[in-house]
Amino acid sequence: MSESLFDSTQLGSTPDSSDSPDAERQGHGPGIHPVGADGRDPVEANVLYADHITIRFGGLVAVNDVSFAIPPKSVVSLIGPNGAGKTTFFNVLTGLYEATEGAVYLDGKDVTAIKPHKRAAMGMARTFQNIRLFGLMTAEENVMVAMTPHLRAGVFSTIIRTPGQRREERQARETARELLEYVGIGKSEGELARSLSYGDQRRLEIARAMALRPKVLLLDEPTAGMNPQESANFNEFVYRVRDERGMSVLLIEHDMSVIMKISERITVLDRGTMIAEGTPDDIRNNQTVIEAYLGKTGTREGKRNPPTNAGEA
Amino acid sequence: MAITAASGTSSSRATFDRFKWPVGYVVVILFLFFLYHSILPSLVRSVSAPVIAWLPVATINECLMWAILALGLNVVVGYAGLLDLGYVAYWALGGYTAGWLMAFPFNWEWDFHLFSPVKVTLPGTHINFWLVCIAAGVLCALLGIIIGAPTLRLRGDYLALVTLGFGEVITQFFRNSNNIAGANVANGDPGISSIDPAGTGPLGAAGIAPKLLTNSAVGNVWKILVLGLLVGICIFVSLRIREGRLGRSWLAIREDELAASMMGVPLVRTKLLAYAVGAFFGGIGGVANASLITTAVSPSGFDFGKSVLVLLMVVLGGMGNVWGVTVGAFLLSWLNSNGLKQIGVQIDSWFGTDLQATLPRYNYIILGLLLVLMMLFRREGLIPESRTRALLKTPSRTEAESLGAESLEAEAETEAIENADPEEDAKIAASAAAMAGSGAPGLDAPRREEQ
Repeated sequence: MSESLFDSTQLGSTPDSSDSPDAERQGHGPGIHPVGADGRDPVEANVLYADHITIRFGGLVAVNDVSFAIPPKSVVSLIGPNGAGKTTFFNVLTGLYEATEGAVYLDGKDVTAIKPHKRAAMGMARTFQNIRLFGLMTAEENVMVAMTPHLRAGVFSTIIRTPGQRREERQARETARELLEYVGIGKSEGELARSLSYGDQRRLEIARAMALRPKVLLLDEPTAGMNPQESANFNEFVYRVRDERGMSVLLIEHDMSVIMKISERITVLDRGTMIAEGTPDDIRNNQTVIEAYLGKTGTREGKRNPPTNAGEA
Repeated sequence: MAITAASGTSSSRATFDRFKWPVGYVVVILFLFFLYHSILPSLVRSVSAPVIAWLPVATINECLMWAILALGLNVVVGYAGLLDLGYVAYWALGGYTAGWLMAFPFNWEWDFHLFSPVKVTLPGTHINFWLVCIAAGVLCALLGIIIGAPTLRLRGDYLALVTLGFGEVITQFFRNSNNIAGANVANGDPGISSIDPAGTGPLGAAGIAPKLLTNSAVGNVWKILVLGLLVGICIFVSLRIREGRLGRSWLAIREDELAASMMGVPLVRTKLLAYAVGAFFGGIGGVANASLITTAVSPSGFDFGKSVLVLLMVVLGGMGNVWGVTVGAFLLSWLNSNGLKQIGVQIDSWFGTDLQATLPRYNYIILGLLLVLMMLFRREGLIPESRTRALLKTPSRTEAESLGAESLEAEAETEAIENADPEEDAKIAASAAAMAGSGAPGLDAPRREEQ
């Protein structure tokens, strides 16, 4: 399924097979950096491109020289064990942290020095690992907040309620309802966000992010807390977003089954370094990744236990 | 048929709910005006005296003036969630703007009259009350931005401390204003006195109202309408802004600043606008106070206690709710100006005590006690915002679920998880298997066994 959706033209070569972890770790050669290998300028070719990002907190190197690309209309993932620097990297993309070195390009424009709210307006929307809705605002209002950059009404036209302002508000409200419908919580428009169920809050977060009309949607562990039924539907939803709305989707996930099914490309971080990049198949067979997740000796144990279960399922 | 009738009543009820407060406000203001203008003077003294003792017309005007300030602070504290302990700064600057533009403050060389109701021969600068209101509002909005800009990187307690400092700085500035680099800017400690009253324009010319709203008995009655109109404008603006794009951004910042910025809300701009709008109201309140209540400004009137008093009005009334804040302002300023004294008089007459003089002096103790009681028994304020009520009365859905609330959806979800258990197990196993280099079901991956 993922193979059929995979569009390899935008990304460069896939990493070589992974018999030698050392080779993977030491170099930042074409095997690791996926971008630009086909001769196209990665800045132009990708909707979001992070160029050799390094982030240091004092002496700690949280992310070390990671390059990352999101082609247009694609679903890509960022995975890694706990503390691998995924969320830190994510925060650099959205502008919450400033990269110590490197640059971020959104839609061909250098946004490294641009503030988060402007990046959001330019087409980068995110959700949060631990849901951060505006709890005391209704679902509809939550979505409308994210339309702020696209609304024009000023203070005075709001006070005297000019026809233009009223039209704009009406349209914004309609769009908000349509988005709530789209994520499947159309009936909850008037409810306070904090009174929604956990799954609906996650949906509302996605609707809110989509209201920014982003070119790339960054989802931080979107299936956390979802039940199996919901996370199965989620795959379908992500493809709908990509195909119907033309957005690229970046996922950060722990749930490997979700990631493997849904992603076209996967990037693996471990201790701040990119250790692998490629299609789900590449990643699944990558020795370095397996070691990063299960530990060096864990490989043997991993071989002993899970495959038998997997065989049954 | 029954359905149409029901929906008809419900929609008319919704309309009624929407307008009951604005209509109620207008009715109260008009009633007070006519009460003091025509009803009370025609009644016998034994009937009118208690009314006038409990609610003198000057107190009504003071209450209305404080309501302007409370509404302004509500924008900053209630809407945007920025704690401002130096709100008195705007009140002071508004008052001094009136002093500069509506009086003959000190030895300024020029005379300037602009639509002013006072005699043309009067020396000094004399500009129309309404124009000065706008000027003071704009000036204060600028001051709000100047004060706001450096404090925007701060949150919570630190922001409160810095605004507190600025409030004190402004007062000290005016205290020393008779010699700022050798120039007399605002006459220092004595301040500026005999600020022009507002005029009544066509009403005055027609002989219906007095030409000037001075501190006379008739003037005070007509001031109810002027101040009532100003409060009405502030309420209207507060409500309208709240509904629009800016109001939503303020609420979003109040709820979660980081999420708001990630959703494209420009934090600096939006917060500065909150300061500016709040300060605009404060400036108008300052002009109203200087021109209609005290007719003079001096630094001693603008102490820290006033900032706290306005904040108390907002908190007691119900942060974020325009009507709650208005009621809070009326109640507290009434207690402060006349209520406590009158309560003392009443108690004296019942028990023969002597509280009449002492009770007003203990006003801050009593207000503090009131605040403590409110926090104990009605934390959300007298007339809370519906959202705040939800926050304080009901746990959030996720909290409730974590405590095991048995809502239908929660049950359904649990059921789904229980039903799906085998599948879930398989998934977890598949994940691990995928990572261990073995194919997971549905992924048609080549199975490798080379390790």
